[in-house]
Amino acid sequence: MSSIPTELKYASSHEWVRHEGDGIYSVGISEHAQELLGDMVFVELPEVGDTVSQGDDCAVAESVKAASDIYAPLSGEVVEVNESLADAPEQVNASPYHDGWMFKIKASDLAELDELLDAEGYQNVIDED
Amino acid sequence: MSQQPASQQTVLHAKHLEAGAKMVDFFGWHMPINYGSQIEEHHAVRQDAGMFDVSHMTIVDVTGARTRDFLRFLLANDVAKLTVPGKALYTAMLNEAGGVIDDLIVYFLQEDYFRIVVNSATREKDLAWLNQHAPAFDVTVTERPELALIAVQGPNAKAKVATLLDADQQAAVAGMKPFFGVQSGDLFIATTGYTGEDGYEIAMPEAKAADFWQKLLDAGVKPAGLGARDTLRLEAGMNLYGQDMDETVSPLAANMGWTIAFEPADRNFIGRAALEQQKATGTDKLVGLVMEQKGVLRHGQRVVVAGGEGIITSGTFSPTLGFSIAMARVPASVGDSAEVDIRGKLVPVKVIKPAFVRMGKKLI
Repeated sequence: MSSIPTELKYASSHEWVRHEGDGIYSVGISEHAQELLGDMVFVELPEVGDTVSQGDDCAVAESVKAASDIYAPLSGEVVEVNESLADAPEQVNASPYHDGWMFKIKASDLAELDELLDAEGYQNVIDED
Repeated sequence: MSQQPASQQTVLHAKHLEAGAKMVDFFGWHMPINYGSQIEEHHAVRQDAGMFDVSHMTIVDVTGARTRDFLRFLLANDVAKLTVPGKALYTAMLNEAGGVIDDLIVYFLQEDYFRIVVNSATREKDLAWLNQHAPAFDVTVTERPELALIAVQGPNAKAKVATLLDADQQAAVAGMKPFFGVQSGDLFIATTGYTGEDGYEIAMPEAKAADFWQKLLDAGVKPAGLGARDTLRLEAGMNLYGQDMDETVSPLAANMGWTIAFEPADRNFIGRAALEQQKATGTDKLVGLVMEQKGVLRHGQRVVVAGGEGIITSGTFSPTLGFSIAMARVPASVGDSAEVDIRGKLVPVKVIKPAFVRMGKKLI
Protein backbone atom coordinates (compact mmCIF):
# COMPACT_ATOMS: atom_id res chain seq x y z
CA MET A 1 0.00 0.00 0.00
CA SER A 2 1.35 3.46 -0.86
CA SER A 3 1.52 6.00 1.88
CA ILE A 4 -0.82 9.00 1.64
CA PRO A 5 0.02 11.54 4.37
CA THR A 6 -3.14 12.97 5.88
CA GLU A 7 -1.72 16.48 6.31
CA LEU A 8 -1.50 17.00 2.52
CA LYS A 9 -4.06 17.82 -0.16
CA TYR A 10 -4.12 16.00 -3.48
CA ALA A 11 -5.14 16.45 -7.09
CA SER A 12 -6.74 13.49 -8.85
CA SER A 13 -3.82 13.76 -11.33
CA HIS A 14 -1.56 12.56 -8.44
CA GLU A 15 0.10 15.81 -7.33
CA TRP A 16 0.23 16.69 -3.64
CA VAL A 17 0.21 20.13 -2.04
CA ARG A 18 1.66 21.18 1.33
CA HIS A 19 1.11 24.55 2.98
CA GLU A 20 4.50 26.05 3.86
CA GLY A 21 3.05 29.24 5.41
CA ASP A 22 2.42 32.72 3.93
CA GLY A 23 0.15 31.30 1.22
CA ILE A 24 3.07 29.35 -0.29
CA TYR A 25 2.42 25.74 -1.24
CA SER A 26 4.97 23.12 -2.21
CA VAL A 27 4.03 20.58 -4.87
CA GLY A 28 5.21 17.07 -5.68
CA ILE A 29 3.83 13.77 -6.85
CA SER A 30 2.42 11.02 -4.68
CA GLU A 31 4.10 7.80 -3.75
CA HIS A 32 1.52 5.98 -5.83
CA ALA A 33 2.45 8.13 -8.86
CA GLN A 34 6.18 7.53 -8.53
CA GLU A 35 5.51 3.79 -8.21
CA LEU A 36 3.53 3.86 -11.43
CA LEU A 37 6.21 5.83 -13.27
CA GLY A 38 9.23 3.87 -12.04
CA ASP A 39 12.76 5.25 -11.72
CA MET A 40 12.83 8.97 -12.45
CA VAL A 41 15.57 10.10 -14.86
CA PHE A 42 14.77 13.78 -15.55
CA VAL A 43 12.44 16.33 -14.08
CA GLU A 44 11.73 19.40 -16.17
CA LEU A 45 10.67 22.15 -13.81
CA PRO A 46 8.93 25.50 -14.42
CA GLU A 47 10.89 28.75 -14.13
CA VAL A 48 10.77 30.79 -10.97
CA GLY A 49 8.48 33.72 -11.73
CA ASP A 50 6.19 31.75 -14.06
CA THR A 51 2.50 32.35 -13.52
CA VAL A 52 0.45 29.18 -13.66
CA SER A 53 -3.26 28.42 -13.56
CA GLN A 54 -4.77 25.45 -11.79
CA GLY A 55 -4.61 22.46 -14.15
CA ASP A 56 -1.82 23.86 -16.38
CA ASP A 57 0.88 21.37 -17.33
CA CYS A 58 3.89 23.10 -15.82
CA ALA A 59 6.48 20.35 -15.32
CA VAL A 60 7.43 17.02 -16.88
CA ALA A 61 8.54 13.94 -14.99
CA GLU A 62 10.51 11.60 -17.25
CA SER A 63 10.96 8.12 -15.89
CA VAL A 64 12.46 5.02 -17.42
CA LYS A 65 8.93 4.21 -18.50
CA ALA A 66 7.30 7.40 -19.74
CA ALA A 67 7.15 11.19 -19.79
CA SER A 68 4.33 12.48 -17.61
CA ASP A 69 2.98 15.98 -17.34
CA ILE A 70 2.75 17.47 -13.88
CA TYR A 71 -0.22 19.78 -13.50
CA ALA A 72 -0.35 22.87 -11.29
CA PRO A 73 -2.73 21.97 -8.46
CA LEU A 74 -3.20 25.65 -7.65
CA SER A 75 -3.03 28.94 -9.54
CA GLY A 76 -0.32 31.41 -8.67
CA GLU A 77 3.30 32.32 -9.14
CA VAL A 78 6.16 29.83 -9.03
CA VAL A 79 8.43 31.14 -6.28
CA GLU A 80 10.96 28.32 -5.95
CA VAL A 81 11.91 25.10 -7.72
CA ASN A 82 13.79 22.09 -6.38
CA GLU A 83 17.12 22.55 -8.19
CA SER A 84 18.56 19.42 -6.58
CA LEU A 85 16.34 17.26 -8.78
CA ALA A 86 18.57 18.12 -11.75
CA ASP A 87 21.36 15.98 -10.31
CA ALA A 88 19.27 13.61 -8.24
CA PRO A 89 15.86 12.99 -9.82
CA GLU A 90 15.70 9.70 -7.89
CA GLN A 91 14.67 11.76 -4.84
CA VAL A 92 11.19 11.72 -6.36
CA ASN A 93 11.21 7.93 -5.97
CA ALA A 94 12.97 7.71 -2.64
CA SER A 95 11.21 10.59 -0.88
CA PRO A 96 8.19 11.69 -2.90
CA TYR A 97 6.66 13.79 -0.08
CA HIS A 98 9.84 15.48 1.17
CA ASP A 99 13.17 15.62 -0.70
CA GLY A 100 11.36 14.94 -3.97
CA TRP A 101 9.22 18.12 -3.91
CA MET A 102 9.20 19.87 -7.28
CA PHE A 103 8.18 23.52 -7.00
CA LYS A 104 6.47 26.04 -4.73
CA ILE A 105 3.55 28.23 -5.71
CA LYS A 106 2.42 31.48 -4.10
CA ALA A 107 -1.29 30.76 -4.40
CA SER A 108 -3.47 33.47 -5.91
CA ASP A 109 -6.85 31.89 -5.17
CA LEU A 110 -7.16 29.98 -1.92
CA ALA A 111 -10.69 28.87 -2.83
CA GLU A 112 -9.04 26.41 -5.21
CA LEU A 113 -7.83 24.42 -2.19
CA ASP A 114 -11.41 23.28 -1.65
CA GLU A 115 -11.33 21.55 -5.02
CA LEU A 116 -8.40 19.37 -3.95
CA LEU A 117 -8.83 15.99 -2.26
CA ASP A 118 -7.98 14.96 1.26
CA ALA A 119 -6.08 11.71 1.86
CA GLU A 120 -9.25 9.66 1.95
CA GLY A 121 -10.57 11.19 -1.25
CA TYR A 122 -7.25 10.57 -2.99
CA GLN A 123 -7.22 6.95 -1.78
CA ASN A 124 -10.60 6.55 -3.48
CA VAL A 125 -9.15 7.89 -6.73
CA ILE A 126 -6.34 5.32 -6.59
CA ASP A 127 -8.77 2.52 -5.80
CA GLU A 128 -10.84 3.38 -8.85
CA ASP A 129 -7.83 3.37 -11.22
CA MET B 1 -6.35 -1.85 -6.29
CA SER B 2 -7.29 -2.96 -9.76
CA GLN B 3 -7.59 -6.64 -10.59
CA GLN B 4 -4.64 -8.25 -12.29
CA PRO B 5 -5.60 -9.67 -15.66
CA ALA B 6 -5.76 -13.44 -15.81
CA SER B 7 -2.34 -14.58 -16.82
CA GLN B 8 0.18 -17.38 -16.84
CA GLN B 9 2.83 -17.70 -14.18
CA THR B 10 6.32 -19.11 -14.36
CA VAL B 11 7.48 -21.60 -11.76
CA LEU B 12 9.46 -18.75 -10.13
CA HIS B 13 6.38 -16.59 -9.54
CA ALA B 14 6.45 -17.05 -5.76
CA LYS B 15 10.16 -16.16 -5.67
CA HIS B 16 9.39 -12.89 -7.44
CA LEU B 17 6.67 -11.97 -4.97
CA GLU B 18 8.96 -12.95 -2.10
CA ALA B 19 11.58 -10.52 -3.46
CA GLY B 20 9.03 -7.69 -3.61
CA ALA B 21 8.69 -7.64 -7.39
CA LYS B 22 6.32 -5.30 -9.13
CA MET B 23 4.47 -7.65 -11.47
CA VAL B 24 3.01 -6.76 -14.85
CA ASP B 25 1.16 -8.56 -17.59
CA PHE B 26 3.62 -9.39 -20.37
CA PHE B 27 1.91 -10.99 -23.37
CA GLY B 28 -0.22 -13.14 -21.07
CA TRP B 29 2.51 -13.82 -18.51
CA HIS B 30 2.59 -12.33 -15.02
CA MET B 31 6.22 -11.18 -14.90
CA PRO B 32 8.39 -8.92 -12.74
CA ILE B 33 9.00 -5.47 -14.28
CA ASN B 34 11.34 -4.57 -11.39
CA TYR B 35 12.09 -5.47 -7.80
CA GLY B 36 12.20 -1.85 -6.61
CA SER B 37 14.59 0.01 -8.87
CA GLN B 38 15.07 -0.79 -12.54
CA ILE B 39 18.18 1.37 -12.68
CA GLU B 40 19.86 -0.39 -9.75
CA GLU B 41 19.11 -3.74 -11.39
CA HIS B 42 20.60 -2.46 -14.63
CA HIS B 43 23.81 -1.40 -12.86
CA ALA B 44 24.00 -4.73 -11.02
CA VAL B 45 24.16 -6.53 -14.37
CA ARG B 46 26.72 -4.14 -15.87
CA GLN B 47 28.93 -4.11 -12.79
CA ASP B 48 28.42 -7.42 -10.99
CA ALA B 49 25.77 -10.08 -11.64
CA GLY B 50 22.02 -10.07 -12.14
CA MET B 51 19.47 -12.72 -13.02
CA PHE B 52 16.29 -12.77 -15.06
CA ASP B 53 13.49 -15.28 -15.04
CA VAL B 54 12.95 -15.90 -18.75
CA SER B 55 10.98 -19.10 -18.29
CA HIS B 56 8.17 -17.55 -20.34
CA MET B 57 10.35 -17.93 -23.44
CA THR B 58 9.57 -20.87 -25.66
CA ILE B 59 12.10 -23.68 -25.96
CA VAL B 60 11.50 -25.99 -28.91
CA ASP B 61 13.45 -29.12 -29.79
CA VAL B 62 13.59 -30.23 -33.40
CA THR B 63 14.55 -33.83 -34.04
CA GLY B 64 14.90 -36.13 -37.00
CA ALA B 65 17.52 -37.17 -39.51
CA ARG B 66 16.81 -34.18 -41.77
CA THR B 67 16.71 -31.51 -39.04
CA ARG B 68 19.65 -29.61 -40.52
CA ASP B 69 18.03 -29.49 -43.98
CA PHE B 70 14.76 -28.33 -42.41
CA LEU B 71 16.45 -25.46 -40.56
CA ARG B 72 18.53 -24.48 -43.59
CA PHE B 73 15.24 -23.98 -45.43
CA LEU B 74 13.36 -22.38 -42.55
CA LEU B 75 15.93 -19.91 -41.20
CA ALA B 76 17.63 -16.95 -42.90
CA ASN B 77 20.98 -17.63 -41.27
CA ASP B 78 22.60 -20.90 -42.30
CA VAL B 79 22.87 -23.69 -39.74
CA ALA B 80 25.52 -25.23 -42.00
CA LYS B 81 27.81 -22.85 -40.08
CA LEU B 82 27.17 -24.95 -36.97
CA THR B 83 29.74 -27.72 -37.19
CA VAL B 84 30.71 -28.17 -33.53
CA PRO B 85 28.08 -29.70 -31.21
CA GLY B 86 26.70 -27.06 -28.84
CA LYS B 87 27.38 -24.15 -31.18
CA ALA B 88 24.55 -21.60 -31.49
CA LEU B 89 23.44 -19.07 -34.08
CA TYR B 90 21.24 -15.96 -33.99
CA THR B 91 18.84 -15.85 -36.91
CA ALA B 92 15.60 -14.52 -38.30
CA MET B 93 12.73 -16.76 -39.32
CA LEU B 94 11.14 -15.07 -42.34
CA ASN B 95 7.89 -15.34 -44.23
CA GLU B 96 7.81 -15.56 -48.04
CA ALA B 97 7.64 -11.75 -48.28
CA GLY B 98 10.88 -11.45 -46.31
CA GLY B 99 9.13 -10.14 -43.18
CA VAL B 100 10.41 -11.29 -39.79
CA ILE B 101 8.15 -13.88 -38.15
CA ASP B 102 10.53 -14.01 -35.21
CA ASP B 103 14.18 -13.79 -34.23
CA LEU B 104 15.62 -16.76 -32.38
CA ILE B 105 18.68 -18.66 -31.25
CA VAL B 106 19.29 -22.13 -32.67
CA TYR B 107 21.66 -24.62 -31.00
CA PHE B 108 23.22 -27.57 -32.80
CA LEU B 109 23.22 -30.44 -30.30
CA GLN B 110 23.44 -33.53 -32.51
CA GLU B 111 22.97 -34.09 -36.22
CA ASP B 112 19.39 -35.20 -35.55
CA TYR B 113 18.71 -32.81 -32.66
CA PHE B 114 18.69 -29.00 -32.69
CA ARG B 115 17.17 -26.72 -30.05
CA ILE B 116 15.64 -23.33 -30.75
CA VAL B 117 14.53 -20.64 -28.33
CA VAL B 118 11.87 -18.24 -29.57
CA ASN B 119 9.99 -15.28 -28.11
CA SER B 120 6.98 -15.98 -25.90
CA ALA B 121 4.92 -13.24 -27.53
CA THR B 122 5.18 -15.05 -30.87
CA ARG B 123 4.90 -18.59 -29.51
CA GLU B 124 1.71 -19.62 -31.28
CA LYS B 125 2.57 -18.39 -34.75
CA ASP B 126 6.13 -19.70 -34.45
CA LEU B 127 4.94 -23.19 -33.53
CA ALA B 128 2.34 -23.09 -36.30
CA TRP B 129 5.03 -22.10 -38.83
CA LEU B 130 7.45 -24.79 -37.64
CA ASN B 131 4.74 -27.43 -37.70
CA GLN B 132 3.54 -26.33 -41.12
CA HIS B 133 6.96 -26.98 -42.66
CA ALA B 134 8.07 -29.94 -40.54
CA PRO B 135 6.28 -32.73 -42.44
CA ALA B 136 8.16 -32.06 -45.70
CA PHE B 137 11.39 -32.86 -43.85
CA ASP B 138 9.95 -35.55 -41.61
CA VAL B 139 11.14 -33.79 -38.46
CA THR B 140 9.45 -33.62 -35.07
CA VAL B 141 8.82 -30.30 -33.32
CA THR B 142 8.56 -30.62 -29.53
CA GLU B 143 7.87 -27.71 -27.22
CA ARG B 144 9.60 -27.96 -23.82
CA PRO B 145 7.30 -26.05 -21.44
CA GLU B 146 8.54 -28.16 -18.53
CA LEU B 147 11.89 -26.35 -18.67
CA ALA B 148 12.47 -23.18 -16.69
CA LEU B 149 15.01 -20.67 -18.01
CA ILE B 150 17.16 -18.35 -15.91
CA ALA B 151 19.57 -15.84 -17.46
CA VAL B 152 22.50 -14.92 -15.20
CA GLN B 153 24.38 -11.97 -16.66
CA GLY B 154 27.20 -9.64 -15.71
CA PRO B 155 30.98 -9.60 -15.32
CA ASN B 156 30.79 -11.80 -12.21
CA ALA B 157 27.91 -13.98 -13.40
CA LYS B 158 29.92 -17.00 -14.46
CA ALA B 159 31.97 -17.07 -11.26
CA LYS B 160 28.82 -16.92 -9.15
CA VAL B 161 27.09 -19.63 -11.16
CA ALA B 162 30.21 -21.80 -10.83
CA THR B 163 29.59 -22.05 -7.07
CA LEU B 164 26.32 -23.89 -7.85
CA LEU B 165 27.71 -26.37 -10.37
CA ASP B 166 28.95 -29.88 -9.70
CA ALA B 167 32.36 -31.03 -10.92
CA ASP B 168 31.00 -32.42 -14.20
CA GLN B 169 29.11 -29.21 -14.95
CA GLN B 170 32.13 -27.08 -14.15
CA ALA B 171 34.20 -29.18 -16.52
CA ALA B 172 31.49 -28.95 -19.19
CA VAL B 173 31.47 -25.13 -19.19
CA ALA B 174 35.20 -24.61 -18.65
CA GLY B 175 36.51 -22.48 -21.50
CA MET B 176 33.17 -22.52 -23.32
CA LYS B 177 33.19 -19.74 -25.92
CA PRO B 178 30.29 -17.31 -26.50
CA PHE B 179 27.22 -18.75 -28.24
CA PHE B 180 27.58 -22.34 -27.12
CA GLY B 181 25.26 -24.54 -25.09
CA VAL B 182 25.88 -27.79 -23.24
CA GLN B 183 23.68 -30.22 -21.34
CA SER B 184 25.24 -31.44 -18.11
CA GLY B 185 23.16 -33.22 -15.50
CA ASP B 186 19.88 -31.36 -15.10
CA LEU B 187 21.19 -28.15 -16.61
CA PHE B 188 21.40 -26.90 -20.18
CA ILE B 189 23.97 -24.14 -19.81
CA ALA B 190 24.48 -21.67 -22.68
CA THR B 191 26.85 -18.74 -23.11
CA THR B 192 24.13 -16.55 -24.56
CA GLY B 193 22.21 -13.56 -23.29
CA TYR B 194 20.39 -10.35 -24.02
CA THR B 195 22.39 -7.80 -22.09
CA GLY B 196 25.74 -7.36 -23.84
CA GLU B 197 27.49 -8.84 -20.81
CA ASP B 198 29.17 -12.14 -20.12
CA GLY B 199 27.02 -14.82 -18.54
CA TYR B 200 24.79 -17.81 -19.03
CA GLU B 201 21.26 -18.72 -19.92
CA ILE B 202 20.44 -21.89 -18.02
CA ALA B 203 17.50 -24.19 -18.75
CA MET B 204 16.47 -26.69 -16.09
CA PRO B 205 13.51 -28.81 -15.01
CA GLU B 206 10.86 -26.61 -13.42
CA ALA B 207 11.09 -28.54 -10.15
CA LYS B 208 14.71 -27.41 -9.76
CA ALA B 209 14.23 -23.75 -10.62
CA ALA B 210 13.15 -22.21 -7.30
CA ASP B 211 16.03 -23.84 -5.45
CA PHE B 212 18.50 -22.77 -8.14
CA TRP B 213 17.16 -19.19 -8.02
CA GLN B 214 17.50 -19.11 -4.23
CA LYS B 215 21.08 -20.38 -4.41
CA LEU B 216 21.91 -17.67 -6.95
CA LEU B 217 20.39 -15.09 -4.58
CA ASP B 218 22.51 -16.50 -1.75
CA ALA B 219 25.57 -16.24 -4.03
CA GLY B 220 24.88 -12.51 -4.39
CA VAL B 221 23.16 -12.45 -7.78
CA LYS B 222 20.57 -9.65 -7.88
CA PRO B 223 17.16 -10.34 -9.41
CA ALA B 224 16.43 -8.05 -12.34
CA GLY B 225 13.11 -7.46 -14.08
CA LEU B 226 11.87 -6.88 -17.59
CA GLY B 227 12.54 -3.14 -17.24
CA ALA B 228 16.29 -3.61 -16.76
CA ARG B 229 16.28 -6.31 -19.42
CA ASP B 230 14.99 -3.74 -21.89
CA THR B 231 17.49 -0.98 -21.05
CA LEU B 232 20.37 -3.49 -21.08
CA ARG B 233 19.48 -4.98 -24.46
CA LEU B 234 18.95 -1.53 -25.95
CA GLU B 235 22.35 -0.31 -24.71
CA ALA B 236 23.80 -3.45 -26.28
CA GLY B 237 22.05 -2.62 -29.57
CA MET B 238 19.99 -5.80 -29.58
CA ASN B 239 16.62 -5.84 -31.29
CA LEU B 240 13.32 -6.45 -29.55
CA TYR B 241 10.83 -8.38 -31.66
CA GLY B 242 7.57 -6.51 -32.18
CA GLN B 243 9.28 -3.19 -31.63
CA ASP B 244 12.43 -3.02 -33.78
CA MET B 245 11.13 -5.46 -36.35
CA ASP B 246 8.11 -7.59 -37.16
CA GLU B 247 6.45 -9.25 -40.13
CA THR B 248 6.12 -5.93 -41.96
CA VAL B 249 9.83 -5.09 -41.64
CA SER B 250 12.70 -6.47 -43.67
CA PRO B 251 15.62 -7.77 -41.63
CA LEU B 252 17.76 -5.58 -43.91
CA ALA B 253 15.95 -2.57 -42.41
CA ALA B 254 16.44 -3.91 -38.87
CA ASN B 255 20.24 -4.16 -38.65
CA MET B 256 19.96 -7.91 -39.25
CA GLY B 257 21.73 -8.02 -42.62
CA TRP B 258 24.67 -9.74 -40.93
CA THR B 259 22.41 -12.64 -39.96
CA ILE B 260 21.23 -13.30 -43.52
CA ALA B 261 23.36 -15.98 -45.19
CA PHE B 262 23.04 -15.29 -48.92
CA GLU B 263 25.98 -17.63 -49.51
CA PRO B 264 26.01 -20.38 -50.59
CA ALA B 265 23.89 -19.02 -53.43
CA ASP B 266 22.23 -22.36 -54.08
CA ARG B 267 20.68 -22.60 -50.61
CA ASN B 268 16.97 -21.93 -50.87
CA PHE B 269 15.41 -20.50 -47.71
CA ILE B 270 12.01 -18.99 -47.03
CA GLY B 271 12.10 -15.28 -47.86
CA ARG B 272 15.26 -15.46 -49.96
CA ALA B 273 13.73 -14.22 -53.22
CA ALA B 274 12.06 -11.29 -51.48
CA LEU B 275 15.27 -10.33 -49.68
CA GLU B 276 17.31 -10.41 -52.89
CA GLN B 277 14.83 -8.05 -54.45
CA GLN B 278 14.90 -5.76 -51.39
CA LYS B 279 18.68 -5.79 -51.42
CA ALA B 280 18.68 -4.70 -55.07
CA THR B 281 16.16 -1.90 -54.61
CA GLY B 282 17.43 -0.79 -51.18
CA THR B 283 15.71 -0.57 -47.81
CA ASP B 284 15.54 1.71 -44.81
CA LYS B 285 18.19 1.13 -42.18
CA LEU B 286 18.21 0.82 -38.41
CA VAL B 287 20.54 3.34 -36.75
CA GLY B 288 21.42 4.35 -33.22
CA LEU B 289 20.49 7.79 -31.89
CA VAL B 290 22.16 9.62 -29.03
CA MET B 291 20.72 12.65 -27.27
CA GLU B 292 23.06 14.13 -24.71
CA GLN B 293 20.70 16.88 -23.60
CA LYS B 294 17.85 16.44 -21.13
CA GLY B 295 14.94 14.31 -22.16
CA VAL B 296 14.20 10.75 -23.18
CA LEU B 297 13.79 9.36 -26.68
CA ARG B 298 10.75 7.08 -26.89
CA HIS B 299 9.29 4.43 -29.16
CA GLY B 300 7.17 5.94 -31.92
CA GLN B 301 8.74 9.39 -32.07
CA ARG B 302 9.24 10.87 -35.54
CA VAL B 303 12.82 11.26 -36.78
CA VAL B 304 13.75 13.81 -39.44
CA VAL B 305 16.89 12.87 -41.39
CA ALA B 306 18.61 13.93 -44.58
CA GLY B 307 16.34 12.81 -47.40
CA GLY B 308 13.26 11.89 -45.40
CA GLU B 309 11.69 10.81 -42.16
CA GLY B 310 11.83 7.72 -40.00
CA ILE B 311 10.66 6.52 -36.63
CA ILE B 312 12.15 5.54 -33.28
CA THR B 313 11.59 1.83 -32.80
CA SER B 314 13.07 1.65 -29.27
CA GLY B 315 14.12 4.52 -27.04
CA THR B 316 15.14 4.81 -23.43
CA PHE B 317 17.28 6.53 -20.86
CA SER B 318 20.63 4.75 -20.75
CA PRO B 319 21.57 4.21 -17.11
CA THR B 320 25.18 3.42 -18.06
CA LEU B 321 25.67 6.51 -20.24
CA GLY B 322 23.48 8.90 -18.27
CA PHE B 323 21.57 10.18 -21.30
CA SER B 324 19.02 8.95 -23.77
CA ILE B 325 19.62 6.50 -26.60
CA ALA B 326 17.40 5.00 -29.24
CA MET B 327 17.19 2.81 -32.29
CA ALA B 328 15.43 4.30 -35.29
CA ARG B 329 14.42 3.00 -38.69
CA VAL B 330 15.22 5.74 -41.19
CA PRO B 331 15.88 6.23 -44.92
CA ALA B 332 19.32 4.96 -45.97
CA SER B 333 20.22 8.53 -46.98
CA VAL B 334 20.62 9.41 -43.27
CA GLY B 335 23.73 11.40 -42.34
CA ASP B 336 25.47 11.68 -38.97
CA SER B 337 22.83 13.86 -37.37
CA ALA B 338 19.04 13.97 -37.21
CA GLU B 339 16.19 15.65 -35.37
CA VAL B 340 13.58 13.94 -33.22
CA ASP B 341 10.08 15.28 -32.70
CA ILE B 342 9.69 15.23 -28.92
CA ARG B 343 6.23 16.41 -28.03
CA GLY B 344 6.20 18.93 -30.86
CA LYS B 345 9.79 20.16 -30.47
CA LEU B 346 12.50 19.13 -32.96
CA VAL B 347 15.54 18.12 -30.91
CA PRO B 348 18.96 17.46 -32.52
CA VAL B 349 20.48 14.00 -32.01
CA LYS B 350 23.62 12.21 -33.18
CA VAL B 351 23.32 9.22 -35.50
CA ILE B 352 25.61 6.25 -34.84
CA LYS B 353 25.69 2.51 -35.35
CA PRO B 354 23.10 0.87 -33.08
CA ALA B 355 25.37 -0.29 -30.25
CA PHE B 356 26.02 1.79 -27.16
CA VAL B 357 27.47 -0.35 -24.35
CA ARG B 358 29.06 -3.81 -24.48
CA MET B 359 30.88 -5.81 -21.81
CA GLY B 360 30.68 -2.89 -19.40
CA LYS B 361 32.36 -0.52 -21.87
CA LYS B 362 30.83 2.60 -23.36
CA LEU B 363 31.04 2.45 -27.14
CA ILE B 364 30.35 6.17 -27.59
